[in-house]
Parts: sequence; structure tokens; C-alpha cells
Amino acid sequence: MKKGRVWKYGDDVNTDVIFPGKYTYTPMEPEEMASHALEDLDSDFASQVRENDVIVGGRNFGCGSSREQAASCLKYAGVQAVVAQSFARIFFRNAVNQGLPVIISEEAPDRLEKGEEVSIDFQRNEIITQRARIPFAPLPDSVQKILDAGGLVPYTKKKIGRDKS
Amino acid sequence: MGKTFSEKVLSAKSGKDVRAGDIVTVSPDYILSHDNSAAIIKKFRMFGVERVSRPEKIVIVLDHVTPASSEKYAQNHKEIREFVKEQGLSHFFDINNGICHQVFCEQGFALPGKLIVGSDSHTTSYGSLGVFSAGIGRTEAASVWATNEIWLRVPETIKIELSGKLKPGVSAKDVILKIIGDNGADRANYKAVEFIGPAAQEFSISSRFVLCNMAAEMGAKNGYFPADKTVEEYLSSITGEKIEPVCSDEDASFESVLSYDLSLIGPQVACPHTVDNVKPVSEVEGLAFDQGLIGTCTNGRLEDLKEAASILKGKKIAPSVRVIVVPASRQEYLKALREGVMETLIEAGCVVLNPGCGPCLGAHQGVLAPGERALSTANRNFRGRMGSRDSEIYLASPATVAASAVGGKLCDPRKYL
Ligand code: SF4
Repeated sequence: MKKGRVWKYGDDVNTDVIFPGKYTYTPMEPEEMASHALEDLDSDFASQVRENDVIVGGRNFGCGSSREQAASCLKYAGVQAVVAQSFARIFFRNAVNQGLPVIISEEAPDRLEKGEEVSIDFQRNEIITQRARIPFAPLPDSVQKILDAGGLVPYTKKKIGRDKS
Repeated sequence: MGKTFSEKVLSAKSGKDVRAGDIVTVSPDYILSHDNSAAIIKKFRMFGVERVSRPEKIVIVLDHVTPASSEKYAQNHKEIREFVKEQGLSHFFDINNGICHQVFCEQGFALPGKLIVGSDSHTTSYGSLGVFSAGIGRTEAASVWATNEIWLRVPETIKIELSGKLKPGVSAKDVILKIIGDNGADRANYKAVEFIGPAAQEFSISSRFVLCNMAAEMGAKNGYFPADKTVEEYLSSITGEKIEPVCSDEDASFESVLSYDLSLIGPQVACPHTVDNVKPVSEVEGLAFDQGLIGTCTNGRLEDLKEAASILKGKKIAPSVRVIVVPASRQEYLKALREGVMETLIEAGCVVLNPGCGPCLGAHQGVLAPGERALSTANRNFRGRMGSRDSEIYLASPATVAASAVGGKLCDPRKYL
């Protein structure tokens, strides 16, 4: 299990503050995309985020446009998962398809504190902190398989390979 | 407890008893794409697979920039045509057919109870024929080409009950603008929208198309009308296939129910730069504009062209404006020609383009200059959508656009009834 720190935000974190619209038509390398992650919400994030950190939001995380980069920039920044009370439709799809784990939990966002260390047990479906173990509902199998493969492109590749053999 | 339409279709397709919130893996009946097929082909090649999984399920219509306006677009079309040949795709519609969503319905792919995905946000339109249809991304479309499956979350359903009779000069476009204005552009995020009630059944297929098309502008995953006699009649002229309508149960669970009395709705206009910035026409009357657009997948059918022609008959558009007319498809164009509708529009001073998306997406054929203002029957007024970032788009019904064109200023079409 990987340990990371909590970055905590509120409700309705939209895709414009996750990955600004002005960059969406500029082709970018993953590293550069990561450097713009959450630029308009938390200017410290991109410079201070570490591998395996966890983003915690409230309701309707990822609302707004359909840009795939909103999910991929977080993944490239090293984020191991996004935990929120609910996700906007397209962000949820994009996150799964880009291989970024999403955890829907009513209670976890309230119980997690900014900066605290957490690890996520994806086998047992628990978020583990110094003080508590917070269970979460597993994602449906079909979605979990895409995440396990690392996203829709590797998943599809693998599936085609399997079907052939 | 009973099930909603979406729960029924996705249960049947997944072979499981599913409810709103569940996630299913399903094989869509068809997958639609348009000029963006070139981008999907690139993604598809990344999978390292030679052949698409089910060629008979792939429908491609060239419509966005047709005929090609530049070398780049020409190359794009060429790559698509070559791929169609290479993969032996039989459901390919070249530039002489019209806008993908309209062509898709005309060709009999959209049948009640079917599950259709499309790499375009207005794929929701086929709900007008009782289809479950939703927009998906390009990577996902490529993946469906390769694997014949996709995961979908079963949506909750918002029921919109329509009653009362529309007043003359008011149409389906005003109704959906009013609904979006009242409820916001994200009210139906991830949800299905069911249009039901006595007034819903009165709507023609063309009008139903307008509502389902613009359900996407409320954030909906899909919008639909229960398939009834009107749908049956429409489809009987297109396909011999037996129709099996799917409808929500009386005791199904809905996220909410909204009610609208159509007799209380007047002409509406969506002001820049969001579709939910809706006002009654009376509040913005007198606003001057440069370009009118009558057409697109939202309002480019015979019904819409007639609505505009009935106002423009014997009149001339103001010299200060130009009006572009784009029929939604060759079939609708022909019908309008045969009924003399096109003649009326041309005599009034309109410019008629070939069926397709035309200026809707700002790529060609009537792009806006900085500082210009358009009054359009399309479905989106986002900043820069029709050209310059410094132009403005107002959305309204064909009647409102036609009436406003006469004086060169936004006006209530009821003035000309
Ligand atoms: S007419 Fe406009 S909204 Fe409709 S499919 Fe074409 S570009 Fe999209």
C-alpha cells in the first residue's frame, strides 16, 4: 500500500480549475500537464504534490467541460486516487478511462484532514489513516478492471490480446 | 418496484436486473461518428488491432466540414474514406447526405428500445424515436470499434410532464429553451430526461427531435419520448422492422418530476455565452444583429424551414443582415424544395447552403468576425463557437430568427402572425 498526503477541497471543483481551458488545445507532455494541475484552485498544489497523494473533494467533483486532461493531469501529477461524495458524469468516465481511481464516499471527505497521511487498501476497500479505517464501496467489477489495467487504452489492448489467444 | 425506460433498456442489454446508479457493460446496437472518425481511427490504431470488431454496427456520416474547406479537412475526409474501404464498412454516408443525427434517423438505425452511442454530444437526439442514445468520447468510440463493448452507468431519470397547447408563433425550441433556462445547464448531469404528458404526445417527430437534441444542453446523458403511434407511423415509412417500444413503468422511481404548461410559454432566446442564459424575447427585443442562421441538427427540418418561410413569404430580409439557411439533410432539403419553401426563403434574400453542419461550429461557411452578433436556431452559444471569440450568439426558434431578419432587429415572431 502506498502512503500519501491529503489535499482537501470543497464542493463543485470544476474542470476549469483542475485544468484551465486555455491549455486544452495545446499539445502537452505529461510532465507539463501535471505542472498546470489545479492551477486556478490551489497554486501550491503542482509544486508541492508528491507521488501517491490523495485528492479529497465534496459533491459534484469534476463538473464542467468534457476535457480528458482534467483527469490525466492529476494522474500525471502522481495522485493515487480522488475521493469525493459525488462526481460529475464526464469526469468520472474520464478518470476511469485514464486509469485514475475514483472513490465515492459520503463520510470519508468529512473525516479526512488536509495534510494528513493516508493509504488506500484497494483489496479491502478501506482508506487508512493514523486514527481510523474508513471503508468505501468497491467500484463495479467492469470499471475496476479498466482501472487495474491502467486505463481504457491498455485495457482494450489487453482484452484484444486475450480474445485473440 | 417498476423500472424507468433507461433501467429497462440497460437491463435488457446487460442481461442483468439493474437500477439507477448501477454500472453495466453492454454492446451498443450502433456506434455513430462523423468527421471526427479520423481522430477515432488514430486512437483505434493504438490498440494494435487490424479489424474493427463489428463493421455492421459502425455508422459514419461526413457532415461537419462538407465539402472540405481546406487541405487539412480534405485529408481528414480522405483518411476516413480509405478506412471505410479497408474495413468494409457498409454504413458510410458521404458529404451528400446531411447532418449525422438526422441521417442516422432517416436511414432507420434509430429504432425504439435500441441502445446507441455516438461520438457527438447531440447523440441524445434519437430519444425522439424512443431510443436510448448517449454521447461518448473519442477514445471510448475507438474502444467500442475494437471490442464491441462499453461501460455505462444507469442514469436516474427526471420526468418532464408537458401539458397545454402551444400558442401560435411558439414552438418546441421555445419550450426547451424555457426548460433549460429555468433549470440550468447542469440540472440533468448524468441523468435521463423523459418527456411525457398529453402535450408531449402532440409533438411531431421533428419537434421531439428538438427537445431530445437540446437535452444535452441540460447535461443529460439521454433524453427521450416514449415511442407511440406517431413514432410508429414515422418509422413505417422508413423500415419494415417490427417496433418494440419500451416505456417507463407507472411505479418507477424518478429523481424528480417537473411540469410545464405549454400555453404559458412565449418566444424565448438564449443570450451569450451559455445556453441557460434564457430570457423571453420581449426582454431583448430591438437588439441588432449581423447574421441569422436557420438550420443545424436542432432546427433544419421541413417543419422548421416552413415555420421560417411562413413569416418570410412575400417579405425581404433587412439589408443590414445576412441569413444563412442550412437544411438538416438532403431528404429534408428535397421536401422543402418540392413544397416551394426554399423558393420563398431565397426570394426573401436568404443564402442556402448544402445540408450539413455549416456555420454551426465555426469552421466554415459563415464564420463570425470580431464584434459581430448572430441569431441562430442551433443548440449552443458558447463563446467563439461560430468564429471570433469576440462575437456573440443568441439562440432562438426558426420563427424568431425569420421575423427578426425582416427588421434586422430581434423581435417577437407573433408580430407577423
Ligand atoms: S449541426 Fe452543429 S450541433 Fe448539430 S451535429 Fe453539426 S456541429 Fe453538432
